[in-house]
Amino acid sequence: MAKPLKKELRQVETTGHSWDGIEEYNNPLPRWWVWVFYATIVWGIGYTVAYPAWPLITGATPGLLGASTRADVEVEIAAVDAANAATKDKLIAADLTAIGADPELANYAERAGAAIFKTNCATCHGSGAAGVEGKGYPNLLDDDWLWGGTMEDIHLTVTHGIRNTTDPDARYSQMPAFGVDGILDETQIGQVAEHVLAISGQEHDATAAAAGATLFAENCAACHMEDGSGDRTQGAPKLTDAIWLYGGSREKIIETVTKARFGVMPNWSPRLSEDEIRAVAYYVHSRGGGE
Amino acid sequence: MWDYLKLAGLGLVAVCAAIAANYAHDLAYQVNAITVMLAAGIAFLWVVRTAGDTKPNVQHEYFDDVIRAGAIATAFWGAVGFLVGLVIALQLAFPQLNFEFLQGYGNFGRLRPLHTSAVIFAFGGNALIMSSFYIVQRTSAARLFGGSLGWFVFWGWQLVIVLAASGYVLGATQGKEYAEPVWYVDILITLVWVAFLITFMGTLFKRKEPHIYVANWFLLSMILTVAMLHLVNNAAIPVSIFGSAQVQLYSGVQDAMVQWWYGHNAVGFFLTAGFLGMMYYFVPKQAERPVFSYKLSIIHFWALIFLYIWAGPHHLHYTALPDWASTLGMVFSVILWMPSWGGMINGLMTLSGAWDKLRTDPIIRMMVVSIGFYGMSTFEGPMMSIKAVNSLSHYTDWTIGHVHSGALGWNGMITFGVLYYLVPRLWNREGLYSLKLVSWHFWLATIGIVLYASSMWVTGIMEGLMWREVDANGFLVNAFADTVAAKFPMYVVRAAGGGLFLTGALIMCWNLWMTVRAQPARVTQNSVVPAE
Repeated sequence: MAKPLKKELRQVETTGHSWDGIEEYNNPLPRWWVWVFYATIVWGIGYTVAYPAWPLITGATPGLLGASTRADVEVEIAAVDAANAATKDKLIAADLTAIGADPELANYAERAGAAIFKTNCATCHGSGAAGVEGKGYPNLLDDDWLWGGTMEDIHLTVTHGIRNTTDPDARYSQMPAFGVDGILDETQIGQVAEHVLAISGQEHDATAAAAGATLFAENCAACHMEDGSGDRTQGAPKLTDAIWLYGGSREKIIETVTKARFGVMPNWSPRLSEDEIRAVAYYVHSRGGGE
Repeated sequence: MWDYLKLAGLGLVAVCAAIAANYAHDLAYQVNAITVMLAAGIAFLWVVRTAGDTKPNVQHEYFDDVIRAGAIATAFWGAVGFLVGLVIALQLAFPQLNFEFLQGYGNFGRLRPLHTSAVIFAFGGNALIMSSFYIVQRTSAARLFGGSLGWFVFWGWQLVIVLAASGYVLGATQGKEYAEPVWYVDILITLVWVAFLITFMGTLFKRKEPHIYVANWFLLSMILTVAMLHLVNNAAIPVSIFGSAQVQLYSGVQDAMVQWWYGHNAVGFFLTAGFLGMMYYFVPKQAERPVFSYKLSIIHFWALIFLYIWAGPHHLHYTALPDWASTLGMVFSVILWMPSWGGMINGLMTLSGAWDKLRTDPIIRMMVVSIGFYGMSTFEGPMMSIKAVNSLSHYTDWTIGHVHSGALGWNGMITFGVLYYLVPRLWNREGLYSLKLVSWHFWLATIGIVLYASSMWVTGIMEGLMWREVDANGFLVNAFADTVAAKFPMYVVRAAGGGLFLTGALIMCWNLWMTVRAQPARVTQNSVVPAE
């Protein structure tokens, strides 16, 4: 036999209607439900009295607490700015090379630089600053620098950027598109590529490389130097090591010589303030390859 | 005469669509125009082939053909929507799956609206249309109003789905979440929705019962409110009648507010009120018990629809939205908690005296779990609307988890229960092919949802904490990419949960198919309108 129904269920009637066999009990509202509902309404009214809530014709009721999320965040930002103001001034006034020697500045620049790097630079250079190999985003952890790795060099690069059209002081250089512009033919480009493979210590065709050496001296050495060691004043990469911005395979080198490359970096001034640029320059400098 | 009018209309549509395809400014528009041309052409041929046929008098029978079609469409689009969901979950975990050759068509950004629309509007929409046709006829003891208008609603809705989905993949979008369809699809949605309203209201008008059953209040509120939301949020001016681009009527924070007023109430009225209508019919039917409280159903119905409509601003806390709007959105969301739970109480308490069925009836088990997830997510929602909680949860995967515990748990499970209830009755079969497979589906889906929701809680709260982490000087500690990398294991768990849920749905499709194919016919008919 089924258990007897609970008292309350036994007593209630149905409403007397039936829809396709469905009936409805006339149970009262559960008391806890009603009281919690009332409580939320009372709380809601109280909250709208305390906080900005009801729209009027030209504004809204401000609330008794005078709360404003906009003012709150301004206060928070102002507090952080005030706490950091003295250090920021000191950072701007300091000699670039002296930042690392002052523990207070170094500590601050490291933290600020990390936050700035992760927000602005990580998109291209990766959140660990290792760049993207073969895609033209340089690794900032090693000691191979395109435009120089001293504090001053890095500071200048971050401030003005590279090959952008927005800052006249941006670092600038352009490799000719030897193939596209018809300076060298396909065979010659192949020979130059063999030479580059040779000086970077890779497997190569010695005969073609020998022919390529002459072509290299005539066409490439002005920027990349006779021995392929590169020239930082022109941002010309060193070709004799295993570090490649756009890939060091035969195909990639031929592609680079044929079409040239034109990596761009934005100028971070005025988007970042001087203290921020100094901090991020210090952060990059202190990753391991700084000079 | 009526057939000739239909032929003229369909012919005109086909010709106009052909012209539009010819002058199309963009590929998506062209493909959509050709789709419309083909659809109108097929309908034209169908009308020609059947013109002049004497139609049997069916007034004493319920209009169940369209519901059968709706049940098939629900199961089909469900499987499609879940599959796309699994694909994009895997794309998030393994970005290599955004294959190079699929760029611009099959990458995450294109597939994501395909998933959300397929699940909400194709799976959920068909479930709502089909079950409201079933419920309104049975509880009104009247055949569906409007003759073959029900077929227009069904096929019109399928056309909307195909146009919207192919448009998304080809790049036609309005850029509004859950309102992505472009202007001409919006117009078609409006036509279909008005036809839906007419069939529904017409059936209510000619009902033989003295009162309107509670399920129908919810369904009617869904139809009316969705119509209003759709019209207001999609107000836009097309750039050209031969292109898919449009310019929104509102801009800036006003546009954002209208969008989330729409977005929140799409959840509130489409996925809550509409599905509560389904629950109010199918749970008492399956449990064979009276509804727990008529009084509660009235109070929570009016409270729910009055409060829901104001809760939208909680999607825009801490943005350009003024504080006062934010406050109201939060307050109304919190007050909404109990009205939402009214539906849960009425659903669960209806099982009083029938709890033993949980052991024997996997369909009841599915419905109960669905109501449980409804209760959980309607508690979680008000909690997340509180500004302090929202400052952590907003933009994180917690929101995704919340949506899915509602969509998979509540909408998905109740719809599965409804399909298991309906298919044997609609096809006049002696019960389901296999209750054991229903149990399998139940456990796969439940475990899938639990994996999904819990992994998203973990990863959502983690990323919220990582985003706000600052050091002693007030500087952010983590890069965005750090949070993405940290989420990887949870993304794999989420995809596994989605895989289980999809597997369960495929088992359901097989079970329903075999029910229709292999089960013996039932002797008693289910489709006869009762006499006065």
